[in-house]
Amino acid sequence: MKPEWNDFVGGKWSYEVNVRDFIQKNYTPYDGDESFLAGPTQNTKDLWAQVLDLQKQEREAGGVLDMDTKVISTITSHGPGYLDKSKETIVGFQTDKPFKRSLQPYGGIRMAEKACTDNGYEVDPEVSEFFSVHRKTHNAGCFDAYTPEMRACRSSHVITGLPDAYGRGRIIGDYRRVALYGIDRLIEDKIEQKNSTGRVMTDDVIRLREEISEQMIALKMMKEMAASYGCDISKPASNVQEAIQATYFGYLSAVKEQNGAAMSLGRTSTFLDIYAQRDLKNGTFTEEQIQEFVDHFVMKLRLIKFARTPEYNQLFAGDPVWVTESIGGMGVDGRHMVTKMSFRFLHTLENLGAAPEPNMTVLWSTRLPEAFKKYCAKMSIQTSSIQYENDDLMRVTHGDDYGIACCVSSMVIGKQMQFFGARANLAKCMLYALNGGVDEVSHKQVGPKYRKVEGDILDFDDVMDKFRDMMEWLADVYVNTLNVIHYMHDKYCYERAQMALHDRDVLRYFATGIAGLSVVADSLSAIKYAQVKCIRDEEGIIVDFETTGDFPKYGNDDDRVDVIARDLVKEFMTMIRRHHTYRDSFPTMSVLTITSNVTYGKATGNTPDGRKKGQPFAPGANPMHGRDSHGAVSSLASVSKLPFQYAQDGISNTFSIIPGALGKEDTVFAGDINVDLNN
Amino acid sequence: MQGRIHSLESFGTVDGPGTRYVVFVQGCPMRCKYCHNPDTWEMNAGTLMDPAEIIDNIERNRTFYENGGLTVTGGEPLMQPDFLIELFTLAKEKNIHTCIDSSGIAFKPDNKAFVEKMERLMPLTDLVMLDIKHIDPDKHKELTKQPNDGILAFAKYLDEKGIDIWIRHVIVPGVTDDDKYLFDLGYFIGGLKNLKALDALPYHTMGVSKYEKLGIEYPLKGVPAMNKADLLKKKQVILDGIRKRHEDDGVEHVEVQSSGMDE
Repeated sequence: MKPEWNDFVGGKWSYEVNVRDFIQKNYTPYDGDESFLAGPTQNTKDLWAQVLDLQKQEREAGGVLDMDTKVISTITSHGPGYLDKSKETIVGFQTDKPFKRSLQPYGGIRMAEKACTDNGYEVDPEVSEFFSVHRKTHNAGCFDAYTPEMRACRSSHVITGLPDAYGRGRIIGDYRRVALYGIDRLIEDKIEQKNSTGRVMTDDVIRLREEISEQMIALKMMKEMAASYGCDISKPASNVQEAIQATYFGYLSAVKEQNGAAMSLGRTSTFLDIYAQRDLKNGTFTEEQIQEFVDHFVMKLRLIKFARTPEYNQLFAGDPVWVTESIGGMGVDGRHMVTKMSFRFLHTLENLGAAPEPNMTVLWSTRLPEAFKKYCAKMSIQTSSIQYENDDLMRVTHGDDYGIACCVSSMVIGKQMQFFGARANLAKCMLYALNGGVDEVSHKQVGPKYRKVEGDILDFDDVMDKFRDMMEWLADVYVNTLNVIHYMHDKYCYERAQMALHDRDVLRYFATGIAGLSVVADSLSAIKYAQVKCIRDEEGIIVDFETTGDFPKYGNDDDRVDVIARDLVKEFMTMIRRHHTYRDSFPTMSVLTITSNVTYGKATGNTPDGRKKGQPFAPGANPMHGRDSHGAVSSLASVSKLPFQYAQDGISNTFSIIPGALGKEDTVFAGDINVDLNN
Repeated sequence: MQGRIHSLESFGTVDGPGTRYVVFVQGCPMRCKYCHNPDTWEMNAGTLMDPAEIIDNIERNRTFYENGGLTVTGGEPLMQPDFLIELFTLAKEKNIHTCIDSSGIAFKPDNKAFVEKMERLMPLTDLVMLDIKHIDPDKHKELTKQPNDGILAFAKYLDEKGIDIWIRHVIVPGVTDDDKYLFDLGYFIGGLKNLKALDALPYHTMGVSKYEKLGIEYPLKGVPAMNKADLLKKKQVILDGIRKRHEDDGVEHVEVQSSGMDE
């Protein structure tokens, strides 16, 4: 055993790269409450005050404080940057100073240029020329290979948000490996991996060998970057501060090279707690010091920034990085995985104040310890900053070392990754089915010229028939568009830093998604249970509907319509599965728009459910706004009927509630007359 | 026996302990000036529903109601005693906690047929939330167009039957906030052995739009909503009445460790 591993229980992890095994053999479940937590140190307060001041300056400057327009960002492109070197216990910024956004043109030079010009900066002409003439980008590659049909679908928004001009993100490196093993050991592992590839030089083998080489370069660069901050990460971390720092350097390398649509952190807290436990026991650090490291780590995560365009920010409602950290959950052996570090991470919301990033995600199980559940509830009430995901559901397929990328995409850390695939607009697809492939907004023939609906009154079976045909077409063009995108992303914008922290053979999820589920379910319900009359314009295109009579609406725990929604998810996923997916990836689907439902709605005409042209869809799998009339439980019950096995990339339900609707205040209503009488 | 239902709420958090499935029945003989559900008054409106359908709705989402249960409110639930008996019989078969939120107006001690139904219903009932609108008979009549003798008799009847009671009382500025009557109310309910909680409800004006929609003139036009600080003071007056009654009756106060809501 290496000296840095003293006091750890050894096992498979000591001779192979296996972080899960290390965690399972060494972590200490914590059943207590939050009383052990320490407040912010003076240094933390000073640094955070500095951040708040910079944030203010950034806002006043119109949203961006500084941008790099010349230096192309790589792991080692920039020298060290600090807020206040003497006070920071965890260091590292994407560029040479905080709040300066890096230049990342590999996804697409036009997007990089536009992100600059929209914020009042200009990319160096030499860089522009280089990436237009000499070095192709991911974006250029996609458009070289797209078919006219793909381009038409893209511009009509029947497929939207495709990652063909920006980084796809959604890949979580196992950043913990840097801390546990040190870079040198990881490079040795990569050498072994490279030596183990097949000897016949097929496309796959050539690509794999080239990729592993790229990964090794990235690992060496990580070491170099860390050294520029005076840190040696060639060897394993020897205490909790070094472990946090090494984990962060791994993550920092990823965000230096990838401006991805979601750059998530993984599941680091319980891993890091093992070091904290050892340090507390050996008297290396106090609780206050450990909390300070965590506070400074989280502070750094909050300052991850990318150069983006206003359109991008509109699609994602803001400028999210999705630094998702997955906390808690249950182990497959039945022990819960809540540790003191789970509390410390959530406690940063008190020490530094509430913030959307990092996206603290509690992997919720009914079997989590009561004190932790209460602390979560308390912090949720105080900060509204915690996301919850159903561990009891995901653990079944993913085990106990998966993490969430973005908001709901689950993957086993270091062993699985995802090709992010945006969304197909099912509501628009339904309208294409009625109009024989003609777009209801542009009147262009976008889909195939199938038979359109005849007559004035819509017949459910007839519409379903045509809709199924149109969905088949959409699934085909959608999957193939994504095949192009991911081929090109691998070729021109490969995520070498994240993939360096993966096993050689990873399971790749081929993520797809749908938008407008509740619009379609309610529309089909209207067609089935009420009477829907089509209104055609002078060109014979159905542009509006007149619905008479009532119909069951999704969101009321009513099987008549909930079954329509359930079957749609199953049918579309089944269609997706019938197609070839790039690199033999495993197709999944999500129902999870959290913000882009507004954008999708804008591009979609009137629908039979009574939704008007341009009106937003409901987010994710939510019922349409105001149509769930039986309260939250019934609404959630409808959503929970959607089959996870056909929407494995996640189902989201955005749920807001005023505090008063959760019960009465204790002072107003104690619920016990004896409490009142004694007060 | 089908019930006349006004509406259903699957996530009720203010009508009894825990998260509750709340059934709003249609029809009420009271005409309380501050009523915020005038759309539940009409006896012959609403939708007819089978008790089994309601129990099925609860059963299919049972995990949500583990610490809560079923509450029937309205409207006035006790106007439909046969429906309640059937509904609660099914609920008890499934071990669902049952609660009635009532004004008690339907209770007439001399009406043998009705009392006989109560004899069947009460063993199926875990909790009654009794909303006493006013303790003074004349003021009660003025406020609700109905007498309160049967209501107070119902409170005593429940106490005899050993049914847990929560007393609810809406406090309306200038209408039901007179300290004398609040104290008297406290003194009266202080005599109930099974009084488990006091729910002093602040008057609010959220019902006004319903009146406009129904074309009924709003009787409390211009009366402001009750604020929290005053509400807490008025609640103390009721509690003082209870304390006085306990003192007179020689009832010892039980020391409690924590709120019963946590369980």
